[in-house]
Amino acid sequence: MSVDLNLDDLERDALTEVVNIGVSRAAASLRKMVGRQVLLSVPAVEIVTRRAAASLIGQRESEDLVAIHQDFQGAFSGRALLIFPETKSMELVRSVLGEDVGPEDLPELESEALAETGNVILNNCLGTMANMLQQSLQMSLPSVMRGNGEQIFSRPDGNGEDFALVLFLYINFTIQDRNIRGYIAMLMDLPSLSALKLLIADFIERVTADAE
Amino acid sequence: MTVTVMLVDDSKLARIVAGKTLAALQPDWVRIEASNADEALQVMGSQSVDIAILDFNMPGRDGLELAAELRQSNPQMPIAIITANIQDEIIARARAVNATFVSKPVTEEGLSGFISGAALRLKQARS
Repeated sequence: MSVDLNLDDLERDALTEVVNIGVSRAAASLRKMVGRQVLLSVPAVEIVTRRAAASLIGQRESEDLVAIHQDFQGAFSGRALLIFPETKSMELVRSVLGEDVGPEDLPELESEALAETGNVILNNCLGTMANMLQQSLQMSLPSVMRGNGEQIFSRPDGNGEDFALVLFLYINFTIQDRNIRGYIAMLMDLPSLSALKLLIADFIERVTADAE
Repeated sequence: MTVTVMLVDDSKLARIVAGKTLAALQPDWVRIEASNADEALQVMGSQSVDIAILDFNMPGRDGLELAAELRQSNPQMPIAIITANIQDEIIARARAVNATFVSKPVTEEGLSGFISGAALRLKQARS
């Protein structure tokens, strides 16, 4: 099957806008969890190899990463990730859990708090996107992994093919007064990209109907 | 009375949607578009604009920074900030520059409050 890889300007624009709205809603829920303002970058949409996606994050972060990921399936499928540099993940857990939890209980609660935070953020983001595209997506449970960019962005089934192209959407965020930064990213393989392209075309038609 | 509305959003699609929504509410209003803060300031320098509708999350200066700049020379202009980012700080910053908060995606219902309020204020200012 041949896949048309090109998104035209308006399609790319529409996809970026859908991601932007999804991530903005997710940021608003993260803000509720940490009690501090969450600052977002403008989303980036790229069609790159997994390896290049990994190095886009890897270039900016010298330390290992912690990622909470959820796989989604439906009209299009892929993986959504909430990613932090390793030293920031504990800061996040501290912010989410608040003052009530003593330092001795933190390590035990870390994975659970990360998974729950990821779950709220990623579901909010993907749910908003799915609604805008009028699709329903099944989401897997969140799971936490640690490693460098390449390990985090490797294929879910563990097979090679890190040179295969993927649709890579990402945004970086910081949490005010907390010295926490991270990324929300989505990876989709090419069959999903062609399905997504059709949904984006429908979306454009729907929202621009009757416009001059 | 001719009313000119400036729509500022880096997304062309978002400008189309906002323009369409605006046209449904006020078909006679003139719409002009800008894709970032610099372009918006150029537009403001070259023609008269009555109302500004600004996206929040844009590359370069964001919509609230732009609103603050516009506010300096246009103390009475109705300004709306459009975003899906409903964090308290953003709503508070919009209030601080006397801008109306409109949630994204833009709908006729969501925009109508701002538009009818703006129409009223312009009518009062011109009478």
